[in-house]
Amino acid sequence: MITAERKPFEEIYECAKRHKRVLLLGCGTCVTVCMAGGEKEVGILASQIRLAARERGDEITIDEHTITRQCDAEFFDEAITRKAAEVDAIISMGCGVGVQFCSERFPDKIVYPAVNTKFYGATVEQGVWSERCAGCGECIVAAFGGVCPVARCSKSLLNGPCGGSSEGMCEVDPEHTQCAWQLIYDRMEKLGRLDELEEVQPLKDWSHHRDGGPRTIVREDMKL
Amino acid sequence: MNATLQKSGSRLEAVLTSGQFAVTAELGPPKSADVDVIRQKAGYLRGVVDAVNITDNQTAIVRMSSIGAGVIALQEGLEPVIQITCRDRNRLAIQSDVLGAYALGMRNILCLSGDHQKFGNHPTSKNVYDLDSIQLVMMLKGMRDDKVFACGDEIRNTKKSPIVEPRVFIGAAANPFGDPFPFRAVRLAKKVKAGADFIQTQCIYDMERFRKWMEQVRARGLHEKVYILAGITPLRSVKMAEYMRDKVAGLTVPDHIIERLNRAENAEEEGQKIAIEQIHELREIPGVSGVHIMAIEAEKTVAALAEKAGLLPRPA
Amino acid sequence: MMETKVEEHPCSAAADDVRIIAFCCHYCAFTAADLAGTMRQQYPPNIRIVRLPCTGRLEVNMILQAFVDGADGVLVAGCEPGGCHFIKGNLRARKRVDYTRKLLSEAGIDPDRLEMYYIAASEGPLFAQTSREFTEKIQQLKRQRAGGDGTSQSMNGDGT
Repeated sequence: MITAERKPFEEIYECAKRHKRVLLLGCGTCVTVCMAGGEKEVGILASQIRLAARERGDEITIDEHTITRQCDAEFFDEAITRKAAEVDAIISMGCGVGVQFCSERFPDKIVYPAVNTKFYGATVEQGVWSERCAGCGECIVAAFGGVCPVARCSKSLLNGPCGGSSEGMCEVDPEHTQCAWQLIYDRMEKLGRLDELEEVQPLKDWSHHRDGGPRTIVREDMKL
Repeated sequence: MNATLQKSGSRLEAVLTSGQFAVTAELGPPKSADVDVIRQKAGYLRGVVDAVNITDNQTAIVRMSSIGAGVIALQEGLEPVIQITCRDRNRLAIQSDVLGAYALGMRNILCLSGDHQKFGNHPTSKNVYDLDSIQLVMMLKGMRDDKVFACGDEIRNTKKSPIVEPRVFIGAAANPFGDPFPFRAVRLAKKVKAGADFIQTQCIYDMERFRKWMEQVRARGLHEKVYILAGITPLRSVKMAEYMRDKVAGLTVPDHIIERLNRAENAEEEGQKIAIEQIHELREIPGVSGVHIMAIEAEKTVAALAEKAGLLPRPA
Repeated sequence: MMETKVEEHPCSAAADDVRIIAFCCHYCAFTAADLAGTMRQQYPPNIRIVRLPCTGRLEVNMILQAFVDGADGVLVAGCEPGGCHFIKGNLRARKRVDYTRKLLSEAGIDPDRLEMYYIAASEGPLFAQTSREFTEKIQQLKRQRAGGDGTSQSMNGDGT
């Protein structure tokens, strides 16, 4: 999923207090899974804003609503459209995609982000999410035993490891970050494919990545 | 080792191909535009080494560029080994820099991945890593021997112009102490396959582990395909030894060395003694073609060390 | 969303009286509260008990909502670690309470107005004592808040 973390409270509050009535809009997909912007988190943030407003003598009314996904037009139904019309501003708890999409749906409203979008990741255990994919546009993980060197190696080395791999950890953060190349080595060893790592991987074509410009996918067969 | 025609005409290459034990050292450029610092350091090293490595934003701290300082080093009568990391430059910038370095008279290039910018003084910068060190070696070899850029274009100004390729002596780094240990010799093999001419290793304190690594290297016949210069960094204090052991990734310092420094009256002298012993040991290990003395911010001490270790005079 | 609106208690007379919600787990703390009653152990009428099957049932927003609705203090009482009827519910509650204290702090609410206690089923007197002490603390904190800026803090949920 796309992972995100809620922004510092003060930053969000500064946006909310500029308006009299604000809609806090949650998203039921990625940010729900990484516990940053789902229905529950909307409720918590709403309570916090109400408490803070009372403490500081600000008058802010918070409306709460959560839709299945903020990155699909079909979920911006009549209910949410009506609610949006009643408020002065929207605070979206969706990822960066959702915030922008919401902005496009309600062009006359300012839409503030309430989370900082981070990475494509997986749930390692409840409460812990870890980066797995860099969206490089040309997936090569099978050559590395299923461990992506682009996303999981701090230097994106295709012919790693570097000299900073120590006891399976990466020198950039030896307490928390595993060395991707140790993982690749272990995996390939288990698979009996270590000899494949002796091949020199050629230069990567980064034009499929964001470096080539903002990307679009078109399926002509699917367009109505 | 085949006595092939010189690939680059570099002095370092000449010393190595003639079978003599080579000596290189490191010169850290200043964190400013101060040229005198370089001239001073160059003065300490002139006549003491065959070539001197000019670091490239080492530990991700901004310093004068390797090529810039390299020009000064040349003026001061030293032969530079330019270092290029993959952290700060993409393939365009690197190839461009290599053409420039060659045009300015530099003949040796060391290819490195580069310390992550998190360690340095600009941790918020974007990092590049368009290529890794092995791809960099391959790219330089392509420029020199196939006379093409990474994209395949010939290295000539126009279709009618002559090809003028950068004929550089290509180096890579090796760390005999990093993990995964069984893979280290394989990685060296990859660098050799990619086209490395010489290797400079991370500084050695654990002689046992280094010998084991050299065994693996020799088992693959790599010592006959590439010149290996063993890294030495003289320890100057117990604190320095402990720092190297604990804070520098990919480095081990055995306890017996720290004990010696602790027991010694003058730790700096003891550290130099240890370094000299190491140099003698390294000369005896088959496959080791020289030493690379990395006296960080202590370039002044290299001359005395080289002399006591019997490395002087250097060949003409 | 759970409604925990606090009505005016018929016995509360003083202007600085406080309203406290006590989330108690059925198997331990609530039983202790019951026992306190049977043993005629006095504890303040300000404490309004909400019975949960386990403190692990608590959601962060249940606590925040209590404050939004006008609570001056929230007390969470569960089994001793190791003694939870549902094995780990109280440990989870502990983490959520700690997190909620941080959220309160962000919103400008003194985190000491929320506390978690461990009270076993047989500890009627401890329940009473804890309630008394917590009430006193909340009263004091409220007085400090009122004295600090010269104006009383609102107890109602509508900002007045």
